Amino acid sequence: MAQLFRPGADIAVRWALVALLAFPFVLVVALYVYAGSPYRTGQDRSVDQPVPFSHQHHVGELGLDCRFCHETVETSRFAGMPPTHTCMTCHSQIWTNAAMLAPVRESLVDGRPLKWNRVNNLPDYVYFDHSVHLAKGVGCASCHGPVALMPLVRQQAPLTMGWCLSCHRNPAPNLRPPSAIFDTLWKPTGDAAARGRALMASYHVDTRSLTDCSTCHR
Amino acid sequence: MSTQAGEARWICGSPGLGEVADQIARPPLSRPPLGWWIALAGAGALTLAMVIGVTIVFFDGIGTMGNNSFVVWGFPIANYVWWIGIGNAGTLISSMLLLTHQQWRSSINRFAEAMTLFAVSIAGVFPIIHMGRPMYWYWLAPYPNVMSLWPQWRSALVWDFWAILSYLLFSIGFWYVGLIPDMAVMRDKARSWLGKRLFGLFALGWRGSIAQWRQQKSLQKLMAMFAIPLVCSVHSIVGLDFAASLNPGWAETIFPPYFVVGAMFSGFCIVIVLTAVIRGAMHLQDIITVEHFDAMGKICVAASLVMGVSYASEWFSGWYGGSPHDRVFLDFVFKGPYQPLYVAMLCLNVLLPQAMWSPKVRRNIGTMVILAVMINVGMWLERLLIIVETLGHTFLPSNWKLFFPTLIDGAILFGSLGFFAFLFLLLSRVAPLVAIHETEELVARARGL
Repeated sequence: MAQLFRPGADIAVRWALVALLAFPFVLVVALYVYAGSPYRTGQDRSVDQPVPFSHQHHVGELGLDCRFCHETVETSRFAGMPPTHTCMTCHSQIWTNAAMLAPVRESLVDGRPLKWNRVNNLPDYVYFDHSVHLAKGVGCASCHGPVALMPLVRQQAPLTMGWCLSCHRNPAPNLRPPSAIFDTLWKPTGDAAARGRALMASYHVDTRSLTDCSTCHR
Repeated sequence: MSTQAGEARWICGSPGLGEVADQIARPPLSRPPLGWWIALAGAGALTLAMVIGVTIVFFDGIGTMGNNSFVVWGFPIANYVWWIGIGNAGTLISSMLLLTHQQWRSSINRFAEAMTLFAVSIAGVFPIIHMGRPMYWYWLAPYPNVMSLWPQWRSALVWDFWAILSYLLFSIGFWYVGLIPDMAVMRDKARSWLGKRLFGLFALGWRGSIAQWRQQKSLQKLMAMFAIPLVCSVHSIVGLDFAASLNPGWAETIFPPYFVVGAMFSGFCIVIVLTAVIRGAMHLQDIITVEHFDAMGKICVAASLVMGVSYASEWFSGWYGGSPHDRVFLDFVFKGPYQPLYVAMLCLNVLLPQAMWSPKVRRNIGTMVILAVMINVGMWLERLLIIVETLGHTFLPSNWKLFFPTLIDGAILFGSLGFFAFLFLLLSRVAPLVAIHETEELVARARGL
């Protein structure tokens, strides 16, 4: 009887067996890398806005405080977006005819707020509260990055659940003194461990319930 | 040692060498007869019923089944335990009989193993059906994920995942190792270009040299040794799904071993049914004889006695433990609304199988098949009652609720039976259902060769 397979068939079958065994693992790793990649999470992405508002200019160069525009960040779940009148505090006086600011002027005339596009978008099943994070010593920059250097705001963090948990499981390294909360360029100095311990104590951070399901999923 | 006389028992008439192989190898190599098509259509219709039922459950939610807010497990988990019990038996039978040198194993082991593969696969579907969000079934696996979460190791669902997965993978391997020499036989018998090459591929270059036989036999024996603890662990895990809770009627240490025996019991009975069907359909009266049914009947009697003792020990520990909850529960079992079902289960699982003490019953294929079917009805009732009785009668009387199945429950249950038959019918056209080389060996020895 003639041979059914060519001599190379042996090698092919052996490699096929290896591939068969490796496939589930390779698939899982590939999906994991994809799920955590900026392509999937939107990390480092900036979003077009009706007016190309520059945080670099307003915060970094002019020194506006975060709360000047995001008024409710210390008292509410939502940081708050400024009404057009806040923009007009200055822009009724300077750059009054700038083409770039035309939508702002239209908004004032029409009485219709500007529609900013969200950059950091959490899923609806996540309960997130800005005020408690600030009250417990987590600075703006811990999640939003060095906003004072961003011409257009970009998504600094991957916003995956793993990223949330990395801090909820070990908050100490991400805490800062009250004076540094709104300083997006603050750099810690000195003994990190000692500072973490001291801040955990002074803010009364209770880690027991930080990773309960119902802390974020209500 | 009178091996010859012993081996001759398992062969009827005097089939020639090669005749048996021809007979076993025929279905995958020939066109299916009309009967096969009719059976396939019937099984396919039932399969469709299951698919429709499962689709409705997936789209409209688990409320379409009889599951309610207290009896949260209902039919799906009863079916799961029943199917995995059946799945347990194939590999258990095959490996136990191999290690104990039971020659009659040769005629039944291959399709018993195939039964395992299909039953475990079907069983694996049911826990997914009973989940509220079935699309996240893969969360049961500890895979790296951007949520930084592990599965909940204290959840019985995760234990099931490991039990099913490891057992299924192992059973595929065990089945295939036995199949390799038969694939070579099929390759040599195949006429078509594609058939030769497909069987040749799965024969992995088998030439039948002494060295290959030695390796195949020792690997098969090694896997059989692994199989027995694995099989016991699988159904023990299923038993622990219940026993690890605190509920009356569940928190009993007898559960793991009693589940393993129950699995072997119902699995053996399905093997009896399959043996009768395959013997008739493939005309294998030469190599599947009444002696086989005789031997299986003896094992069933033994298993039914163990089941009886297990039930009695449940009652005893419920009474002797003295917990008022356990006693109230026992009262509910014997006098509650499920009483007729419970009595039926005791009759089917313990009383009825005692008929198999009689050689006349064991050596009559008709009565054996009827008994086997009845026992499996009883075993299914046992799994259902374990769930609906305890979950419907826990510590708080405010949580006491009865279970009523819906049409969808029925469609999925009977559909899964049809799906099982459907898979078996398909398998019969692509692989030999009975071990060729092992039955040939039996024939050769019986003829004193």
